[in-house]
Amino acid sequence: MDAPERLAELSHRSALAGAAVVADNLSIRFGQGETATAALSDISLTIGQGDFVSLIGPSGCGKTTLLRAIADLVQPTSGLLRVNGMTPEAARLARAYGYVFQAPALLPWRSVARNVTLPLEIIGMGRAERQAEAKRNLDLVGLGDFAGKFPWQLSGGMQQRVSIARALSFKPSLLLMDEPFGALDEITRDGLNLHLHELWARTGLTAVFVTHSIPEAVFLSTHIVVMSRRPGRVVEVIESTLPRARRLEDRETPEFLALSKRVRTALHDGHGHA
Amino acid sequence: MTQKILPIVTVLIAVLILWYAAAVWLNAPQAEALMDPDQPHGLWALAQACWSMDRPVLPAPDQIASALIDSVFGFPLSSPRNLLLQAGYTAATTVIGLIFGLIFGILLAIGIVHVRTLDRSVMPWVIASQTIPILAIAPMLVVALGSMGVTGLTPKAAIVAYLTFFPVTVGMVKGFRTPDPLQLDLMHTYSAGEMTVFAKLRWPAGMAFLFPSLKVAVALAVTGAIVAEMPTGAQVGLGARLLAGSYYGQTMMMWSALVMASLLALAGLLAVTLLERGVVLMRGGRL
Ligand SMILES: Nc1ncnc2c1ncn2[C@@H]1O[C@H](COP(=O)(O)OP(=O)(O)O)[C@@H](O)[C@H]1O
Ligand SMILES: [Mg+2]
Repeated sequence: MDAPERLAELSHRSALAGAAVVADNLSIRFGQGETATAALSDISLTIGQGDFVSLIGPSGCGKTTLLRAIADLVQPTSGLLRVNGMTPEAARLARAYGYVFQAPALLPWRSVARNVTLPLEIIGMGRAERQAEAKRNLDLVGLGDFAGKFPWQLSGGMQQRVSIARALSFKPSLLLMDEPFGALDEITRDGLNLHLHELWARTGLTAVFVTHSIPEAVFLSTHIVVMSRRPGRVVEVIESTLPRARRLEDRETPEFLALSKRVRTALHDGHGHA
Repeated sequence: MTQKILPIVTVLIAVLILWYAAAVWLNAPQAEALMDPDQPHGLWALAQACWSMDRPVLPAPDQIASALIDSVFGFPLSSPRNLLLQAGYTAATTVIGLIFGLIFGILLAIGIVHVRTLDRSVMPWVIASQTIPILAIAPMLVVALGSMGVTGLTPKAAIVAYLTFFPVTVGMVKGFRTPDPLQLDLMHTYSAGEMTVFAKLRWPAGMAFLFPSLKVAVALAVTGAIVAEMPTGAQVGLGARLLAGSYYGQTMMMWSALVMASLLALAGLLAVTLLERGVVLMRGGRL
C-alpha cells in the first residue's frame, strides 16, 4: 500500500472511530548519521475522543517527544501521525489542542488574567470577550480570585493551574500535558490530580498526560500507554477497569492496586526489552 | 529617611571642607601676590582672599553657586549669556541624538536577533565602531561636516546618536534573546508569527535590559553633546561656554557650565528612572 492510500485509509479509520490521535509506525530520530539518536521507534497508537491517556515510561524514552510531535513542535522522521484526522500542522493551525509544559512558562510581566488571555490576544479576540473567557477558565481551575495577581505571587501548583487555564483558552478538544505536576510535592499533586480529573470529567476533553508516577497514571487515566526505554516503543496499552468517576480514596482499593501492578510489570518488561 | 540622608550629607560636608581647603592651597600663590605685602596678614585673611578672587584657579563652592545663579537669573532667557538657554541647546542635542541612537540601536538589535547573517556580519562592526575614539575626533568631525554644509544641530546630534546606539544595541540583543525555548514553543503552539513573538515575548522581555542601557546612554549622550559643541566656530551650548571659559581664563564660567552639565545628566537619569518606575508599576512591582 503506498502512502497516499494508507493516509486515506487512516484518515477514514480515525474519522470513523472519532479518534483524537492516530499514530502509525511513527519514528522520530534526532540528528544525522553516527550521532543520530532514535527517540521513538514504530509507535502505533490510537487515542479515542474523550479518553484520558497517560504516557508512562522511564525517563528518556520519548514521552515528551511523542507529545511534541502531536503538537507539531517536532517533525516525525517516518510514519504517520494524525490529530483529529488532520496533520499535526493543520491541527495546530486549527487550534485543536492546548499544551501544558513541564514548567508553567508564564510570562512574569503579565498578570494571571493577562497570561490566560495571551493566546486569545494573539488571535485578535476583543478585549471584553477574552476577559470573560479568561475568567471562565480561571474559575474552572479554581483561581478566579487570583486574576489580578502576578505569577511570582503564586505557588508552583497555582502557577501550573494558571498554565492549564491558559491551555483551555482556545476551547481545544485535546489537552496535551507534559508532566505538569512533576515538580510539585505529593499533597499539592494529589489535590491537582483530583482537580484535573474533575475538569476532564466535566468538559469531555481528550487528555494526553505524560507522567512517570504509576499512581498518578492509574488514578487519572482511561488508558495507560506503557513505553519501553530508548528508543521508545509502546510495550502495552492498558485499559483502565476503574469506573469513570474517581475519588482519591479509591487508590487503596484492590482494583486500583491490581492495575498499578499491571503497569509496573509492563514497565519492567519494557526495561528488559532493551 | 534619616538613615538614607545622613551618609549623603556626611559625604557632602566632607567634600565641601576638602574643596575649600583645596581652593586655599591652589589659589594661595596668586592671592598672596595680590595682597599688600607691607600689611601683616593672618592665615584666615589669606584664606578669605583665596575664596573671593575674581579669576581663581579653583573657585570656592559658594562662588560657583553664585556665579551659576547669576548666569541663570542675571540675564533674560533670550540672552546668549543666560546659562539656562545654553543648557537648553545642549539638552536639545542630547535628546534628539539620544532618540535617534535609541531607534537605530533597537532596529539594529531587532535585525541581529532575527537575521542570522546580520548577527555574524554586523555585530563585529557594532563593536568595532566603538573602538574609534569618537570623542577625540568629534570636534574635527563637526568642522568637516560643517564645511560640507551640514551645520547646526544635525552633526552634533549625529555624534550623540553614534555614541548612544552601542549600549542600546548590546543591551537589547541580550534582552530580545532572554525568552527561553519553552516560551518560544508556547508561542509556536499558538501558531504565532515572528512579529507576534516579538511584540508579545521578545519586546516585553527586553524591557528589563532597556533601562540599564538607557542610563549608560544618557550619560554618554550628555558628554557627547558637550564635546560636539566644542570646536572653534561653535557658538552655542554648554560645551561652547566651557571652551570660552577656558580660553579666557574665566574659571567661574567654566565651573558653572560644568555644574549645569552635571545637572542636565542628572535630570536625564531621573527621567529614565521615572520611566522605569512607571513600567515596573504596570508590571505589578517587578521588571
Ligand atoms: N531536540 C532534541 N535534540 C536531540 N535529542 C533530543 C531532542 N529532544 C529529545 N532528544 C532525545 O530524545 C530522547 C527522548 O527524549 P524525551 O522525549 O525528552 O524523553 P522523556 O520525555 O521520555 O524523558 C532522549 O534521549 C533525548 O536526549
Ligand atoms: Mg520529558
